[in-house]
Amino acid sequence: MPKRTDIQSVLVIGSGPIVIGQAAEFDYSGTQACRVLKSEGLRVILVNSNPATIMTDPEIADATYVEPITPDFVEKIIAKERPDALLPTLGGQTALNTAISLHDAGTLDKYGVELIGANVEAINKGEDRDLFKDVVNAVHAKIGHGESARSVICHSMDDVLKGVDELGGYPVVVRPSFTMGGAGSGFAHTEEDLRRIAGQGLMLSPTTEVLLEESILGWKEYELELMRDKHDNVVVVCSIENFDPMGVHTGDSITVAPAMTLTDREYQILRDIGIAVIREVGVDTGGCNIQFAINPEDGRVIVIEMNPRVSRSSALASKATGFPIAKIAARLAVGYTLDEIPNDITEKTPASFEPTLDYVVVKVPRFAFEKFPAADASLTTTMKSVGEAMAIGRNFTEALQKALRSLEKAGSQFDFTGEAGGPAEKDALLETAKVPTDGRINTVMRAIRAGATPEEVFDATKIDPWFVDQLFLIKEYADELASAPKLDPELLAEAKRHGFSDAQIAGIRGLREDVVREVRHALGIRPVYKTVDTCAAEFAAKTPYFYSSYDEESEVAPRERPAVIILGSGPNRIGQGIEFDYSCVHASFALSTAPNPVGGYETVMVNCNPETVSTDYDTSDRLYFEPLTLEDVLEIVHAETLAGPIAGVIVQLGGQTPLGLAQALKDNGVPVVGTPPEAIHAAEDRGAFGRVLAEAGLPAPKHGTATTFAEAKAIADEIGYPVLVRPSYVLGGRGMEIVYDETRLSSYIAESTEISPTRPVLVDRFLDDAIEIDVDALYDGTELYLGGVMEHIEEAGIHSGDSACALPPITLGGFDIKRLRASTEAIAKGVGVRGLINIQFAMAGDILYVLEANPRASRTVPFTSKATAVPLAKAAARISLGATIAGLRAEGLLPAQGDGGTLPLDAPISVKEAVMPWSRFRDIHGRGVDTVLGPEMRSTGEVMGIDSVFGTAYAKSQAGAYGPLPTKGRAFISVANRDKRSMIFPARELVAHGFELLATSGTAEVLKRNGINATVVRKQSEGEGPDGERTIVQLIHDGGVDLIVNTPYGTGGRLDGYDIRTAAVARGVPCLTTVQALAAAVQGIDALKHGEVGVRSLQEHAEHLTAARDN
Amino acid sequence: MTTSTPGTARDKATPAVLVLEDGRSFRGRAYGAVGETFGEAVFSTGMTGYQETLTDPSYHRQVVVMTAPHIGNTGVNDEDAESRRIWVSGYVVRDPARTPSNWRSRRSLDDELVAQGVVGISGIDTRALTRHLRERGAMRVGIFSGASLADEATLLARVQEAPEMTGANLSAEVATERTYVVPAQGTKRFTVAALDLGIKGMTPHRMAERGIEVHVLPATATLDEVYATGPDGVFLSNGPGDPATADLTVVKGVLERGTPLFGICFGNQLLGRALGFGTYKLKYGHRGINQPVQDRTTGKVEVTAHNHGFAVDAPLDRVSDTPYGRAEVSHVCLNDNVVEGLRLLDRPVFSVQYHPEAAAGPHDAAYLFDRFTELMEGQRA
Repeated sequence: MPKRTDIQSVLVIGSGPIVIGQAAEFDYSGTQACRVLKSEGLRVILVNSNPATIMTDPEIADATYVEPITPDFVEKIIAKERPDALLPTLGGQTALNTAISLHDAGTLDKYGVELIGANVEAINKGEDRDLFKDVVNAVHAKIGHGESARSVICHSMDDVLKGVDELGGYPVVVRPSFTMGGAGSGFAHTEEDLRRIAGQGLMLSPTTEVLLEESILGWKEYELELMRDKHDNVVVVCSIENFDPMGVHTGDSITVAPAMTLTDREYQILRDIGIAVIREVGVDTGGCNIQFAINPEDGRVIVIEMNPRVSRSSALASKATGFPIAKIAARLAVGYTLDEIPNDITEKTPASFEPTLDYVVVKVPRFAFEKFPAADASLTTTMKSVGEAMAIGRNFTEALQKALRSLEKAGSQFDFTGEAGGPAEKDALLETAKVPTDGRINTVMRAIRAGATPEEVFDATKIDPWFVDQLFLIKEYADELASAPKLDPELLAEAKRHGFSDAQIAGIRGLREDVVREVRHALGIRPVYKTVDTCAAEFAAKTPYFYSSYDEESEVAPRERPAVIILGSGPNRIGQGIEFDYSCVHASFALSTAPNPVGGYETVMVNCNPETVSTDYDTSDRLYFEPLTLEDVLEIVHAETLAGPIAGVIVQLGGQTPLGLAQALKDNGVPVVGTPPEAIHAAEDRGAFGRVLAEAGLPAPKHGTATTFAEAKAIADEIGYPVLVRPSYVLGGRGMEIVYDETRLSSYIAESTEISPTRPVLVDRFLDDAIEIDVDALYDGTELYLGGVMEHIEEAGIHSGDSACALPPITLGGFDIKRLRASTEAIAKGVGVRGLINIQFAMAGDILYVLEANPRASRTVPFTSKATAVPLAKAAARISLGATIAGLRAEGLLPAQGDGGTLPLDAPISVKEAVMPWSRFRDIHGRGVDTVLGPEMRSTGEVMGIDSVFGTAYAKSQAGAYGPLPTKGRAFISVANRDKRSMIFPARELVAHGFELLATSGTAEVLKRNGINATVVRKQSEGEGPDGERTIVQLIHDGGVDLIVNTPYGTGGRLDGYDIRTAAVARGVPCLTTVQALAAAVQGIDALKHGEVGVRSLQEHAEHLTAARDN
Repeated sequence: MTTSTPGTARDKATPAVLVLEDGRSFRGRAYGAVGETFGEAVFSTGMTGYQETLTDPSYHRQVVVMTAPHIGNTGVNDEDAESRRIWVSGYVVRDPARTPSNWRSRRSLDDELVAQGVVGISGIDTRALTRHLRERGAMRVGIFSGASLADEATLLARVQEAPEMTGANLSAEVATERTYVVPAQGTKRFTVAALDLGIKGMTPHRMAERGIEVHVLPATATLDEVYATGPDGVFLSNGPGDPATADLTVVKGVLERGTPLFGICFGNQLLGRALGFGTYKLKYGHRGINQPVQDRTTGKVEVTAHNHGFAVDAPLDRVSDTPYGRAEVSHVCLNDNVVEGLRLLDRPVFSVQYHPEAAAGPHDAAYLFDRFTELMEGQRA
């Protein structure tokens, strides 16, 4: 049954900014889907507010709308584009919810848009807990297997309290309906827990509905990924088993594919249930994910939930099996059946089969609790991880240890050095291991080292005994490594077979890592590379998708074209996310077609992040799904050297991870192309960079480096407080803080455990009231191409990743741009950049200070590229391999003349806004964490608003990030003393737009004196008034506030605002924490009130820009 | 074909070697019993169901290479065996489990292999071996450990002396010696005479679930013995060996009489031969539980369990005339277009090359047992 002929155009909805629970995996899925639909000859219309995605590249869809994903904006797009169909299953919960809203509002009917990939009834059956329970009951009636956990649906706190009794008491699970990534769910062990979690859940759920459930804590947890076509053919693509038993959100669990501890009978029961569920729900052209719990005592199977769409797990399953779920889902949605779609990897067999694996896949989550010290770090049914790493090995131990080192985080690998500890430590460690946390597996390993038995480990954690035994297996090899008189070949080979890294072995043996490597190489012990082929070698694989293993036979084929190896960025984390994957993918695209003597390079991607486009086997000519450590990269380089010529390794596009390997790679004789390691050092080392600036005559804020408090104090005394302090060599402002006095400086130094002579603390003068400016530029050794100049909305002192910014800059003049260009060129030249450089400047008074330079692709490259319609990462990759800017201009990859600093006056204004994960975290008392921005980056993602004027662009950015700006209602204002002056004008504007102002007494006084009326409201600390006057926090919770402006007060007054800001997050009220953001918001509100806000595709913007450039 | 002492204890690192008849060899560690064994090397791609695989009589005289690296994780239980014993002549795995974990597990797979004297090897590059078999085809193999180890030339010579699968008549070696009856569950609706050519336990079970009383007869049963059970239908089971060696008298007799007939796997090959089609040996066979088979009458695809090294050579593109009326290919494997099912258009007769009883494997094709009961029902009406 071939493709439908009645659909000519499809609207695809993306998932918006990266947030916890909805990350880069939807860029991977959406990109695949758009490409497939386009190749089917359909006109593809895409909406996604996230500029850091490949899917929003102008060549992926026919019309790309970087606009807010709200029913309102999507309707405007539908009205303009009039698509025949809407595909909502590839953009996560955001897309699904938006599609349902459009359906419910009648918009789809109005414009005759057909929902494809899933129907509304199926979506509701899958998502609504009550309806899903009926589905499971119906399945049970049909096949005699599968049941729901006993549960009650509640719509009020009364229902909730009664429900607990019905279920037979605590503990119970609370699950709000229709939230993403399990937001708001949790375990209640007491009534206090219950009131808190259920109260929150009722509020978060768009239908004010929560489900209470019997506890199945500690049961085995499984997932199946299924696909079904319109002919009712169903296949199970992958089974996944959670290492962490029930109680931890699957996104936060270590997970394993395929399932390891099921007999065929039990597995087939899950399969039968899965197929019956997908049929009953009615997903008829697409995929779904179903989660199961199994009682380890008797095998009772409970169906937990299903997602009638492409999910995080389906992205993982696609990477784990080589079966591209999103791509096939898109084909099914337009009418194909599974047997009509070929398996890409074998090319000969159809997609209507079930992949079989001859390897083991392990995924480990990456957390960012260090960024949120106040947050409760225990793992629950609410997802808290910000990224993940996946590894493939020929056995579990190999895959697990590779995955742990892929996390690239201190302490993530098993540590077998130091004392093992005795019974007291063992007991303490087992006690700790009872509560799942980030790194629990390391705690378990320490307990094993301290003498815990397998039974004790199981009793404490309920981790399946088979997995526990595998941990013992690793520990036994560690013991053998420690006690062997010498590293004999058999032992070394066995240790490598179980995933030990050279560094681990070196630690155990008291050797240097490079010595272990030398010994290993001398003994001829090297990994081989096997292929992920969907079929366990039954058929020949055409797709070079590799993983390493210490086994016998390698499958890397020889090649003739020179290879460029691109090192990716590893697991997503705060500060290093999808933006870097974007640059790596662009490099791959650019180089595979680059004109060179042999007609393009063979692109070789190395990465370990399953969520990304870079790890799609379609992206590069070869894919190595491997950790990004020196050892793993050197082995890949070796394998590829045997396969053919190597043109070079690119380290400057994947963020700090590959950049950190540059020098060591070079020392090992690997050709690093682009900016050389010496130049990287010149930019990153304070002293060396200082010399570059001095030579160019450029000012930097006064600064010094310290390794002790005395040194730091001396520097601070000299340059004056406040000072900005931070560790050297970090990304995302990790540990960065503005310090206002000596007391805090002392405690900061005391808390910084990683200080050493090679890793000093940097102490900088903090520039108050400075405008921060980011520049992305290309340099080829002779010519500078200014990619873009971004003016931050927030002042310097807030991490650039968390700050909103505008491009082109909205208040800088031609003279400023000229100075920025000259400074950028001087630095690029002085450092020795070949490719991209990102520089942060601060304009204070009339002085342009250089804050820092990063000789690599920055987080803003995708934003800059989209805002200026120029593919900077592609150009950078080409420059790395010897192209010149002049040459690229002639080729048309860069504009023939001008650059990002000379944008025409009527160029569109793009605003980037950061998206913060506050709502995900609670402290141990269940209270929200503070939302104040600072020098340490904490945002997980970003959106872009683009329009012809700043106000509208800013309003769009806010709508995309947090929801639409209010255009009427009540605005609460409470600002720090230093902000009071700058608040007056925007406050007056708010009143002019009809807002009622609320303020605390101090702020109200200032407003009054300036002729602005404000209603005084009680502070939280004042408590409720004698006549029941509500406090501001109560008012927010009551829903009586539409906009909140609350700037923190230096160091002291922060706590005052804490309750206000957390209440704002809980209620989803827009909350501006800087006065600059207030000013921008006022412009946005102004734009919203004056006339219709339109939508325009990137392609239209680009056409406009090109036309303007040519004039 | 296996020489070993059941129950021999084995050192963790007892070396073992696997030698293929074309000279390639793999060094690993002994798994299961220590000793030596010979057979036809085949690979199975199922990720679950090793207990069913080991006890499937169709694997008689075969050395099975498991492509899934971790084997033995769920131990051995008292319910999942497909016959009274392990039939594989040798077992090749990469990473055997040390600690089985499952609520139904009674003992470890390792212990079970030792107890039944099955010689195996672990710790070898099973993917390299699989790729070799895929490229060169199934071939003879030997596994040697303990006292059986010798220089490779000697071992190779011994492998090359072992008998080949082509031309092997093995049904009688694995089948029951005397008839037994599997009673119908619930109300008895039909009686079926099942010829045991190497039958798996799940097959009569699937019939019994549908109200069929199954009389399982030895492979050597005569036509009279078959009809002495008073059958509503006759069933031809799966089993090992080369179908070209089988005696077709009984099958032809049943076809003559027009009794409803259902065959699985080897049974499909016998039906094919009785209809006048040829059979041939596949290069490396189909062994796994993920194979896409299309039912050509409905166009639907089922994911199915396979274990066959031979296949029927029948035309896909037309109806064939046979001594028993018109026949057509009813099912085909979408991976390689191998004939996976036959059906007579004028008589209540059909068969499939794969395993609808599915143990191990998916249950997608269980409807075929319903189709069999419908045929018997139709014949009565």
